[in-house]
Amino acid sequence: MNQQEWPLWEVFIRSKQGLDHKHVGSLHAADAVMAVQNARDVYTRRLEGVSIWVVESKHIHASNPDEAAEFFDPAADKVYRHPTFYDVPDSIKHM
Amino acid sequence: METSTLTPEEQFQARIDADVRIEPKDWMPDAYRKTLIRQISQHAHSEIVGMLPEGNWITRAPSLKRKSILLAKVQDEAGHGLYLYSAAETLGASRDQMLADLHSGKAKYSSIFNYPTLSWADMGCVGWLVDGAAILNQVPLCRTSYGPYARAMVRVCKEESFHQRQGFEVMQTLCEGSAAQKEMAQESLNRWWWPTLMMFGPKDADSPNTEQSMKWRIKRFTNDELRQKFVDMMVPQAEFLGLTVPDEKVQWNEERQAYDFGEVNWDEFWAVVKGNGLCNHDRLQARVQAHEEGAWVREAALAHAAKRAARAAVAA
Repeated sequence: MNQQEWPLWEVFIRSKQGLDHKHVGSLHAADAVMAVQNARDVYTRRLEGVSIWVVESKHIHASNPDEAAEFFDPAADKVYRHPTFYDVPDSIKHM
Repeated sequence: METSTLTPEEQFQARIDADVRIEPKDWMPDAYRKTLIRQISQHAHSEIVGMLPEGNWITRAPSLKRKSILLAKVQDEAGHGLYLYSAAETLGASRDQMLADLHSGKAKYSSIFNYPTLSWADMGCVGWLVDGAAILNQVPLCRTSYGPYARAMVRVCKEESFHQRQGFEVMQTLCEGSAAQKEMAQESLNRWWWPTLMMFGPKDADSPNTEQSMKWRIKRFTNDELRQKFVDMMVPQAEFLGLTVPDEKVQWNEERQAYDFGEVNWDEFWAVVKGNGLCNHDRLQARVQAHEEGAWVREAALAHAAKRAARAAVAA
């Protein structure tokens, strides 16, 4: 078999106006037009979306899970970034 | 950190035990990856081959409504296959290789699809019983340890419920119809009951992979546990329809709070798994033929995409 496999695309769907596009899965298609059509048929058969984005999978760059601990470490010791860090007197309202 | 003294396998198992989902780029034991690729691709193949016995009745559905429903259901099965192939691809399996393994007979699919669909009532039984059994298998898979597989199963399960209900409705309509229609429903149940019980796989004692799969939380229930659940669920539904389950040993056991039932014919089960079922040959042949006859479409789509890309490059 010398036939080339169609490229892989990642599919993102906006479920309704006002919400962001969310990753739903992937599929193969020869080009972007076909990828959008296939995404409609595969991922929105029950009105799950009002808008579709497709991105060829090879264009996605990701953080490395093996380095996740170090990579996200800078945020781990900054509890003061959260409102719950601060004690507000009981008598203070609207804060 | 304390975990740094653990081996990668131990760290992996600790994450599984803490119910942390495993994602595609995470480290995982080779055997976990292999087990998942085998299970997910086999599951995908089952969805795709599962289109054939139902496709058989699309042109002969008794009304336009039933035809529309059946078309939508078969289209869903194709979708389920695609969700699952995509999940397997996140583990490094290639789509072409998975299809090649199906077509060569190296990869398996659910044996239930190697039984023929002889009457319209079989469309009822396939939805009600076969999809009913599939749902019992699939609902726990929504919490399986591998993220992409679990997410695919969530989508599948949402859609599967329609499949089961439409099958039950087909059965109910026949059972409320003429004597001949009810007889057709009973005859179909007689043929599908035992093969459906086989869908849960060999007995726990003969299922060597179960223990490891449970430990990795790929599986959450054993084959025998699911089979028992299925019988408990289906016997009252058959009674509602006025049909008789073809097993004299089916009887409510007050002590166990479950139905007792007879022994599956395991010789038949293994014969079908090994390729000697009624339709094994036809199913594979239909798959291979569809794939080969679609080759020019796949090639043409690539050529068209290349031409469009070249034109766009010139215009730019």
